[in-house]
Parts: sequence; C-alpha cells; structure tokens
Amino acid sequence: MNADVPGLQPSSFSVAITGSGGSGAVTAGLILLEAAAKTGLYGLMMRSYGPQIRGGESASLLRFGDAPLACMSDTFDLLLGLDWRNAGRFAQEIPLDASSIILTDPAVGAVPESFSASGANVCELALTECAATVEGGRLNMVAVGAAAGLRGIPQETMDAAARSILADKGAAVIEAATACVALGYKLAPAPDVPAPGSTANPLVRWNISGNEACGLGALRGGVRFVAAYPITPASDILEWLAPRLEGLGGSLVQAEDELASINMIVGASYGGVPALTATSGPGLSLMQEGLGLAVASETPVVVINVTRGGPSTGIPTKSEQSDLNIALFGMHGDAPHLVFAPLDVRDCVFTTQWAVRLAEHLQTAAIVLSDQSLGQARAVTDPPVAFEQPFGRVTEMSPADDYRRYAQTVDGVSPMTVPGVSCGMYTADGLEHDERGMPSSLAADHYRQLEKRRHKIDAFDFGPQWAEIRGGGDLCLVCWGSVSGAVFEAADRMSNDGVSLRVIALRLLAPLRRAALRQALAGVKQVWVVEQNQSGQLCHYLRSHDLLPVAPRLLAKPGPIPLRPAEIVKAVIEQT
Amino acid sequence: MVVAAIKAKDYKSGVKPIWCPGCGHFAILAAITRALAYLELQKEQVSLISGIGCSSRLPAYVDSYGFHGLHGRALPLATGLKVARPDLTVLVAGGDGDGFSIGGNHFLHACRRNIDMTYIAMDNRVYGMTKGQASPTTAPDWSHSKMTPHGTGVRRFQPAAIALAAGATFIARGYSGDPKGLTRMLVDAITHPGFSFLHVLSPCLTFRPDQRSWKGEVHAFAAETSDEPVAAAQQIHADDGMGLGIVYAEHLPVWPPRQEPTATLATLEKEFLV
Repeated sequence: MNADVPGLQPSSFSVAITGSGGSGAVTAGLILLEAAAKTGLYGLMMRSYGPQIRGGESASLLRFGDAPLACMSDTFDLLLGLDWRNAGRFAQEIPLDASSIILTDPAVGAVPESFSASGANVCELALTECAATVEGGRLNMVAVGAAAGLRGIPQETMDAAARSILADKGAAVIEAATACVALGYKLAPAPDVPAPGSTANPLVRWNISGNEACGLGALRGGVRFVAAYPITPASDILEWLAPRLEGLGGSLVQAEDELASINMIVGASYGGVPALTATSGPGLSLMQEGLGLAVASETPVVVINVTRGGPSTGIPTKSEQSDLNIALFGMHGDAPHLVFAPLDVRDCVFTTQWAVRLAEHLQTAAIVLSDQSLGQARAVTDPPVAFEQPFGRVTEMSPADDYRRYAQTVDGVSPMTVPGVSCGMYTADGLEHDERGMPSSLAADHYRQLEKRRHKIDAFDFGPQWAEIRGGGDLCLVCWGSVSGAVFEAADRMSNDGVSLRVIALRLLAPLRRAALRQALAGVKQVWVVEQNQSGQLCHYLRSHDLLPVAPRLLAKPGPIPLRPAEIVKAVIEQT
Repeated sequence: MVVAAIKAKDYKSGVKPIWCPGCGHFAILAAITRALAYLELQKEQVSLISGIGCSSRLPAYVDSYGFHGLHGRALPLATGLKVARPDLTVLVAGGDGDGFSIGGNHFLHACRRNIDMTYIAMDNRVYGMTKGQASPTTAPDWSHSKMTPHGTGVRRFQPAAIALAAGATFIARGYSGDPKGLTRMLVDAITHPGFSFLHVLSPCLTFRPDQRSWKGEVHAFAAETSDEPVAAAQQIHADDGMGLGIVYAEHLPVWPPRQEPTATLATLEKEFLV
C-alpha cells in the first residue's frame, strides 16, 4: 500500500465504494468519512455519478490520513464493490494495483476486467447474506463496517457516524444500519494497522465541502445579497447560501438567467450591499458584459466560477481548469479586475472572503476560480483561520457640494456614496465618464479613468497571500487551484528523493504580482507549469508577461481524470 | 426641521439632453420631475435605472441616484437594488428595443415577481440611438430601415397584453403629448405597491416623422381601470394600441416578503464541526 512510507508524505489510506443507484455507495462513504474524522484523521471525499438524473451508478472516493489531504492518491488501497452494474465507467477514476484489495460479495457478480486487470486481491465476503439477517439491512452498511474494521476504526465511532449521517432517516434505519455495520466488523480480517488516535483529545476539525467553504467565505466577507441561477457544479453554493443568508438578514434571489444574476448583483452592490453570485463556465461566458459594467462603473462584485469540463456545455460533472483565459480576458476593452483561485477545500473559505474584501475595497469585479473537484469534494480539515479584514468599501457618507464619484485620488480608489446619502447623487455608467460620472468621449477623460482603474489595482499591496510558496532549489513547479494538492505531494516525494525543488501555487492570478513572482523564481533553472487543461493557459499567461527565467516545460492534462502525484513526478523526473 | 418643498425643476440635473428637438422624451422627463415633486420624495431616496438607448439617457438628466446600465438589463439591476435596499423608490426607464427585444426575458420575470418598482417604457417604435432600425413594436410593413428593407414581416410585440399575462399588477399607457395625464399616471404608478408598468407612447420625430399623427390617434381606454385580469385583457386586446389610461391595477402580495435575521455567523459555522 502507499499508506505507510515513513516521513515522506501524509500516511494515508484510500477507499473507493461503487454501486448502482440505490446501493448507498455515497451514504456509506459519508459515514466512513465522518467516523474517520471523529478518530482525528484528516480526510477527503469525492463522488462520481452516472448520467441518470436519479438512481444512476455512483462511486465514493475517499482518502484518510494523519496530515491534511489535498488530492487523491495514485492508487486506491481498498475498493468496496457493492455491485458491479456499470461500475466500469469508474475504472479510470479508481486506479488499483497489485497491493490493492477488492472487497466484494460473489453473489453480486464477478469483478469486472477493468478492475481485476490491475492484479488487485479479491476478498470475498458474504455481504448479501449478512444484510439479509437484519430487518431492513443493507449490503452497503455491512461492507463499510468491514472496511472500518479493517482500518481499526472503533465500532462505536462508526455507530456515532451512522447516527449522525442517517439522522433524518429515523430510528429504524439507524438501527438496521448499525446492526449491519456490526456484522461487517465480524466479517473483516483483523486490522494490521495501529488504531487511529483516540477521540478523547478534543481535536477541533471541520467537515466541509469546497462549495460550502466558498459560501462561508462569502458570508464572512460580508456578502448579504446573492443572485442565483442553477448550474452544475455551482448550485450547491447557492443552495447552501439561500437559507443562511436569510437567517443573517440578507437575501438570495433566484434569477431568470445568468444575465440577470450578474446585473442584479451590480444593482445590489450599487445600493451598498456586498453582492455575489456563483456559476460555471457557460454562465461566466454570459456574465462577461455585466462584469465589464462592474469594472467600468467601479461597482464591487464577486463571481465564483466552479469550473468544469469545457468548452461549451463540455462535461458538467467533471473538473477541469480551462476557464483561466476567460476569467482573465473575457471582457471587451481594457478592463483590469481581480482573479483568485483557492488552493484546496479549506482555502475556499479564505480565498472567497479575501476576494469579497478586495472587490469591495478596489471597487471592481473579482472572479474566484474554484473547480468541480474542490467544490464537490468534502474535506475533514483544520478549521479555517479567522481573517481580520483590514480593508473594505471606501465610502463617502458626508459628501461636499461638489462631490465627484470618480475623482482622482492617490491610490486610485474614489470614495463612493450610496443611494440614501444626501448630496452624493450620481449616475453610475458603463459609458466612459468624467470625474462626476457624466458620459464623456473626450480623450483626457478616457485616459484618466483608464489609468485610475488600472492604477488602483496595480498599486495595491496584496500582501503575502498571493501565492503559497514552499521549498527552494533550482527546479520550480508552478500551478494554481485544485492541482496544487497533487503538485505539493509530488514535490514532497521528489524532495525526499533528493531533488531540490520549490512550488509556487498561485492564489492571485490577476493582477500578476510580477516583482514578487520574479523574486520567487530567482535562481530557478527549470520551470514546470502544471495545469488541468489542454492548451496550457497558465503557462501562456506567465510567458506573455515574460516572467519565467527559462522556457517552461508544460504538463497540461485536460479533465475529466485528475492529475495524480505519480504522473507529475514521472513527467518531471523523466524530462529533467 | 422642516424640509423645504422641492419643486419639479429642482429634480432636473441641468445636464443638456442629447435628444433631438421635438423628441417626446423631454415631456416624459418633465412629467417625472413633477411626479417626484408631488410625492415630495427626497432626491437621495430615488434611484433611476436604465439600459441603453435614447430613453435610457434619462437618469443623467434627473438629480437623483441612478445607473445607466447595460442594454436590456435595467430591470434585473433595479431588482437587485430594490431587494437589497427596499427603502428606496426605484424607477426604471428604457425604450422599446431595450425593453422588449433584448430585455424581453427580464420584462416577463419582473412583471411576474411583482417587485415594488415602476417601469417606464418609452415607446417610439424604432431604435433611435442606432439610427433607425425596426423595433419589436414597429409595424411589420414599415420599410424605412436599411436592416429590414422590406419591413420585418413580423407582428408587433404587445407590451400591455404581455405585461398582464406576465403578472404586472399595474398597467397603464400614457403619451408624451399628454403631460398632465402622464404625470397623474406616474404618481399612481409610483404609489402602487407592486410592479407598475407604464407604457408611454413617445414619438421619435427624427426616424419616425409619421408619428406626428399620434396626436390625433390617441384616445382614452373604453372602460375604467379594472382589477380583474380577464376584463383587463379584453380591454387591452380590443384596443388599437393607442388607448390611454390605467387599464389594470390590483393589489397582490409584493415580492419579496421580508424576513428578520434569526442567526449569527458564529452559530452558522457550528454546522461544520466534526
């Protein structure tokens, strides 16, 4: 197993659970994740589904360890096959090798070739028979009990997790579930690993998804108006926010389309309320004109883009990092704005909050590039740090008679009035304008406002959070977003093998911190850009700014399969 | 402290409109300022939201808050503003192209929501700003546009009928050549709780000089204001599109309903604790 290589990387264990619709593969995964969390382990869980609206095959992909996890491992140690109907579609996402175990009941059918070809060991258990002995008993709970037993998770912890996850289903379901879990423990071979840490220590951990984390970051940042249009895989953010915003005295409006969403948040923000929406690639395409209006009128807005396979309708349920170009360059005209990308699930909280505060302060549009593999992953993680908010909207509450909304200032940020403030009236405009906001086609006004809108962003001190930089040495890997987890893990492995290298994982993509990036790259003789798209969007962006000391090597792999640490290591080592 | 009464002319920003001499929009601007003065609304409490087109230039000519937004997107912008700031009086102004072509979808849903705002659609049956193309309210056989040299061949969009079907709770038609009637309708529209649709016929003498004939064609709606959709529908469909008056007004729940805060962020965050 890849679990126990000492000192190298998080000691981790990976479990996949597959089954047809109704087999409970996802529920079993959620329970196992919760139980592992209660023992003090960190965890990461992703899900995969067939295309049916309901009742399609599904897979839970889990990883546990004693250090924070930000990517799936190269192979899975354990595969629970609840049944094998259409399971072949998940084979590419569940790589196995000869050290893996496939736990299954022969009664549900033979292990498909796509899994058995790996040489994994098949462990046959009478799961169906056991489940049948319990009234309302289900095979998935027997299987997950066996898996938990194998890993030495205390049975009472599994019971507590089952009670928590199945709370809505009623006492009878919980009883049947825990009875099946107990049978699973009896079936499992004795654990060959030390039991995870005791729950006696009050470790504070969170169980949160990337989409929930973005929603929380928005609320922490002060967002109290959200416009929502459903789109996979961003709807979760909006659905999480809807009741919680209301609870805080804010509002969520379901819009008729993304064109309405972006314009609604411009309107709410103009009224003084920090506003946000969330979408995916196709929606971001629609929102470009509205984003440009926010930039030109200097009205703060935030759009979270949970990216998915592109182009066009693409692959809605799978992850890809192919929206960097449109996030950077989607607006017509010269429209400086902000683009952020959280590095992992937990980082979605901070990055979204930061984006909201900066959009408010710099009076511009901010795009947050999350992706499906972050948004719909659930992580057991340390609580996100509280971020003190030193900056926010610069307002003018007592304007002088000659108030000018777009007056030139030293830092380029003009104090803004909001409706209700007397003597502060102005008409915001997408048209180019003079300092009072009056439409103008004069060169002097255009140059002045263009320069102001660029300067306010370029001159701002964004601080150290623009990137996460680790290590040193003359080999450098550059990445952003969800790929960062696999890059960091690959870098740890190579470092342990004696390769001297550093990683720059960018959190702030626009503006590019050119001086800081040059400094971070000082001494580097080889650069790899690693990203999950076909065309190497980050690589081209960095090259266009002439920031890389040498011509970079590119590891660009489009979705839907995630980049794994081993393939990053392989690419770098083989070409070094 | 007694606030001095604001006169209509005080609502004018003093910026010279870009409109052509004889444009109907001048009279609509004047009527809006008179309605605001009549209602004694403080300037800072009024927000005028528009899209793109000749009509949409109006906010800059009024001394209030305003947003000259995107073509067809005034209604969602105004919706976001009003939901976030229910204390404000929100007026939306735009033309027939802005409102019924690119803005058509937003028009339907704004009517449906019954949000408390007033939408003034200034209809001159042409795209004036872009120099004379047919609009959705142009007759199918109007052949004076280079873009549709044989006429569009497409039947006219019916703003009042669609507003009613879409759920607007106040539907009226005014005419820039009837400033008194228009001002009264504006006052009623603004005070109506819910979505008020005020369709204003406003001739474009530059690209539709034929609209000089409107003066002799407008007339009052045959019946009194109805609060019954079927009767109002019959009125509207029987009308030739030149009928003036408030054809429909009904009180239905205004959207959105208000909620009081019940939680804090700290209590919310507890849901993630393992």
